[in-house]
Amino acid sequence: MNFLETFKVAFEAIISNKVRSGLTMLGVIIGVLAVILLVSIGEGARIYITKELTGLGTNLLIITPGKTTTSGGFHPPSAGTVRKLTYDDSLALRRRAWLLTDAVPIVLGTGKVKYQNKFRDTTIIGTTAEFERVRNLFVDTGSYVTQADVDSKAKIAVLGRKVKDELFGAESPLGKVVMLSDARYRVVGVMRKKGMSLGWDVDDVVFIPVTSGQELFDTDAIFEIIASTPRAEDTDRAIGQIKDILTRRHAHKEDFTIMTQGAMLATMNTILGVLTAVLGGIAGISLLVGGIGIMNIMLVSVRERTREIGIRKAIGARNKDIMAQFLIEAMTLSAAGGVIGIALGVGISLLIPVFVTVLPTSVSLWSILLAFFFSVAVGVFFGVYPARKAALQDPIQALRYE
Amino acid sequence: MIQLTNITKTYRMGEVDICALCDVSLRVAPGDLIAIMGPSGSGKSTLMNVIGCLDRPTSGHYLFENKEISSMVDDDLAHVRNAKIGFVFQSFNLLSRFPAIKNVEMPLIYSGVPSRLRRERAIPVLEKVGLKERMFHTPGELSGGQQQRVAIARALVNNPPLLLADEPTGNLDSRSGAEILNIIVDLNKQGVTVMIVTHDKDVAARCKRTINLKDGWIVGDEATP
Repeated sequence: MNFLETFKVAFEAIISNKVRSGLTMLGVIIGVLAVILLVSIGEGARIYITKELTGLGTNLLIITPGKTTTSGGFHPPSAGTVRKLTYDDSLALRRRAWLLTDAVPIVLGTGKVKYQNKFRDTTIIGTTAEFERVRNLFVDTGSYVTQADVDSKAKIAVLGRKVKDELFGAESPLGKVVMLSDARYRVVGVMRKKGMSLGWDVDDVVFIPVTSGQELFDTDAIFEIIASTPRAEDTDRAIGQIKDILTRRHAHKEDFTIMTQGAMLATMNTILGVLTAVLGGIAGISLLVGGIGIMNIMLVSVRERTREIGIRKAIGARNKDIMAQFLIEAMTLSAAGGVIGIALGVGISLLIPVFVTVLPTSVSLWSILLAFFFSVAVGVFFGVYPARKAALQDPIQALRYE
Repeated sequence: MIQLTNITKTYRMGEVDICALCDVSLRVAPGDLIAIMGPSGSGKSTLMNVIGCLDRPTSGHYLFENKEISSMVDDDLAHVRNAKIGFVFQSFNLLSRFPAIKNVEMPLIYSGVPSRLRRERAIPVLEKVGLKERMFHTPGELSGGQQQRVAIARALVNNPPLLLADEPTGNLDSRSGAEILNIIVDLNKQGVTVMIVTHDKDVAARCKRTINLKDGWIVGDEATP
């Protein structure tokens, strides 16, 4: 008896018991559905984060004060010995680190921006002219902060789209005066709409010259320096240059941290990869439970068809024919469940972003193949025992079975 | 065709061995038509099971067409059942979810006949037992006599030289029973060796030879006068 014949016999048995077959399959369907769905959500999150991180600009290096990458051991607080980053540090980098195209100082804080009787709590960022280019954020109308503004500590502000909409509505803000804390700032530009980026609303921001920002927040330090290299291959050498220049300026101490976009990406990828694997694994458990359901039903089915087994043996079925019949029946159940589960999983994964816009999904081929392979494997694994039981029936006992 | 030599079959029941067949020796010639009689528990069914290769004797030799059956492995026994022996049971033993034609085709599946040829071979056999026009009916839609005819067709589809019938008329009314018996006797006339287990003296009267069993022993073996 060849495979096709065995398959036909098994298929007939499944068809003749539709409700039971359907319910048995449901266990596998739900398992496979869960695997596909959770993996696609995990993958979607990974792709989303990757896109957002690369969308920040290309080959960014972020320099923050303090050494945070030291690993192991106990470190006594070294307050006072950590030198802050300064605007002059960024100038030094810009002048001497020739591998960097930009080195943008950033001061950052929150504050109240007020126009007439309307005000809004927002993020205030002090930068230089190059920030636009480094972060891929651009002015829509008017102009951005210029080097002259930075040099003269000009009281000018560039509004994010949301801040402009909230305070000015349809009115043009150019040339108007807004209050930042208690200082008067003249609006010179409005940013292009950008939306959310990594959970931060880029439109809910006011940009001012970095020097004015230091005055506003009453500090001589800066929050971070964003630097960029034109080519990814230069990243390591650029890091070397930055370290070289800054340690010399910081009394030969490496009291700052350089984070690369690549390293951030790699970290996020690792975290999300593990998360996806854990989610997939949990879903896999439900697939296993589905398999146990198949075994249960197959055992019932073997018992119910004891007489059939006896008859088939009496007319010449070999043990392996009976074994194959029941094994293929179990496999067909689980594989069919797998296919339906995949179809549903892929369908729902594609529908989720339509209805829940914050939850990106990405159906990956490997998760489909893995889920299908596992559902068939589950059928084989949980089908073997009932099938063996069927095959080893004594034909005489089986024929007498009522 | 068949030669049983000192066949013994014992079952263990608790502490004691029960002898279902005791030292049975028997020869069956091709073309024979044998009735096997005896009270219940006399070993008739066990004898049929041994001859039908469904069961192995505890000791003794069984030659079927000069081949030693007692030493065969399960798969070889299955092959003998498939190709050489047709079974007809008291309770028909058809698969109720399949139509008559599928039931008749079933032994051919296990002899590896492709599906198109199966139908070609099954139809004339159903025609022979007079059920061609009902071949797509399931057993539930057929009378007892008709079901038994389907069972006979199934037993014959592989042209086996031996037909074993275990009380084939036991579940039928006398008219259907007579029809079934006629079919079986006709088959014997066409050359099929037949062994029938029966309680019915009238059935035995139409056989060429009657073997009587009691407590596992052959107590009588005579040609019908």
